[in-house]
Amino acid sequence: MSGVLVVVEHRNGAITRSSLEALAAGQSLARQLGTDCCAAILGEGIASLAEELSGKHLAKVFAVEHPLLQQYTADGTTIALQQLVEKLAPAYVLFPHTYQVRDFAPALATRFGQVLISDVIAIHPDPEGGPTFVRQLFQGKLNADYRPAPQGAYAPCFASIQAGAFRADSLESAAPPAPIESFSPSIEPAQIRTTPSAPFREAAHTVDLTAAPVIVSVGRGIREQENIALVQTLADALGAELAASRPICDAGWLPMERQVGSSGQTVSPKLYLAIGISGAIQHLVGMKGSRTVIAINKDENAPIFEVADYGVAADLFEIVPALTKAVLAAKG
Amino acid sequence: MKIIVAIKQVPERNAQLKIAPGGKWIDESDLSYTFNEPDAYALEEALQLKDKNGGEVIALSAGPDRVASTLREALAKGADRAIHILADDLAQRDTLDLARLLADAIRAESPDLILTGLQSDDLGLGQTGVVLAELLGIPHATIIMQVEVTSTGLRVKRELEDGWFQHVDMPLPALLTIQSGGNKLRYATLMGIKKAKSKPTATLPAAPSTTPPAIEFARVYLPEKQKRTQMLTGMPAEIAAQLVEKLQSEVRVL
Repeated sequence: MSGVLVVVEHRNGAITRSSLEALAAGQSLARQLGTDCCAAILGEGIASLAEELSGKHLAKVFAVEHPLLQQYTADGTTIALQQLVEKLAPAYVLFPHTYQVRDFAPALATRFGQVLISDVIAIHPDPEGGPTFVRQLFQGKLNADYRPAPQGAYAPCFASIQAGAFRADSLESAAPPAPIESFSPSIEPAQIRTTPSAPFREAAHTVDLTAAPVIVSVGRGIREQENIALVQTLADALGAELAASRPICDAGWLPMERQVGSSGQTVSPKLYLAIGISGAIQHLVGMKGSRTVIAINKDENAPIFEVADYGVAADLFEIVPALTKAVLAAKG
Repeated sequence: MKIIVAIKQVPERNAQLKIAPGGKWIDESDLSYTFNEPDAYALEEALQLKDKNGGEVIALSAGPDRVASTLREALAKGADRAIHILADDLAQRDTLDLARLLADAIRAESPDLILTGLQSDDLGLGQTGVVLAELLGIPHATIIMQVEVTSTGLRVKRELEDGWFQHVDMPLPALLTIQSGGNKLRYATLMGIKKAKSKPTATLPAAPSTTPPAIEFARVYLPEKQKRTQMLTGMPAEIAAQLVEKLQSEVRVL
């Protein structure tokens, strides 16, 4: 094959949403290039998942099965995918940009002398007919176009797709289903150097931000722990839940369970009021589904304004007290 | 335990970025640079491991002369010595090429553990650590919140998505990429800054690039807005009044 191979993840017996989005990216890239899109799924006892994939308008589905792939390890996954990519020789290998992919895909790319183009937000055709991969730099302040460099020998291009960049509901289905081919990689127990334990959750979430209709969220711009009270007062006036970006929770100014973003909760309230949040990618993926976004930030170039409906480029220490007062007055 | 911390120097977080003529990179002339924050967490973890278990912490960075200030900061915070790979052509090297430079310097030291941040605040590719582990042929784990030394190596707490975690056991030598929030960052003390002046920094020449880059950087530009943002202006009270009006009539939460 010379087309596009998408590596799909599954959790709790279901294909993850970000994997479906990566598949949509793969279908779109294959269409752009006039080539085929295939999918690979790894694990043990994954026949039903492979069958589900076969209905997604793909040229073929590869079920990569091995007892040592039952639980994820970087070593097992890298070895299995290296063998699959060597066998199939796809021109492009796409992944969802997840924590798991971040853990093994750079090593896989290194084995082919390549560099993973990570966290891709769009794929455009370039003037020479190949694809251009768009990714963000400087915490989302700038975009950059990347292209695989022309190379003499066979060199697959590896890219991971940011959550939300492609729509899972744009994924094409097809009848008849794609053929499923099983692939048994050869992996020796001694090649797996790490021993993972079962995943666990710390104390159950007592704050469910996902159900809140109004969220007031605070970021680095608040500067000091004692200033959090200013934002809490506004949240109280609006009857809103208080949330934060990661640095605020890292500093211990608010508990981790109030964190919105890729490592915290994903929210889609009626109103998301972002205060002193610059809008790094990791935060935006957790809130860009909000119906209305209002952002207050003193840097008019902050990426948060790219997803905001209303923006205030001013000092939050002036705007927030004035807004609290106006909200209380409006409520009588 | 001998620990190497790989550190990147990046433009200040609040820097006003201008695109250089030609549109291939940013204009670096007026930029001030700082310690890549995720790497500061890696250094903190290394210093805490040394406090508990003894050993040595070595700060490693590649880049032009200006990188020396970031290495000095690492020494002031408590690193024992520093290695500076002097390279003026980082913009022309891709992740793999840069990781080869770091790997060569690391091999010469045979450390027990290599720590780095989970990503850089500038390019944000988030790969140097994993690529380094692959080049060095050692096991790795990413996005680590806690590190514990055991009789067989390490037991680390790895952050997964959506509030999940996992413990992973692994032998040494190993490489970890450290997540923020596991530790509080220390400040350099006056004493630390003084001591740093007498700590050794080895400056190594960067080997020339032997392979062409695998990926090309075609263009850098300001992102197009995903939404039409209406910017509200005026005095604070005027802005507040406009916002309240939006909350009442359009967002309907008041």
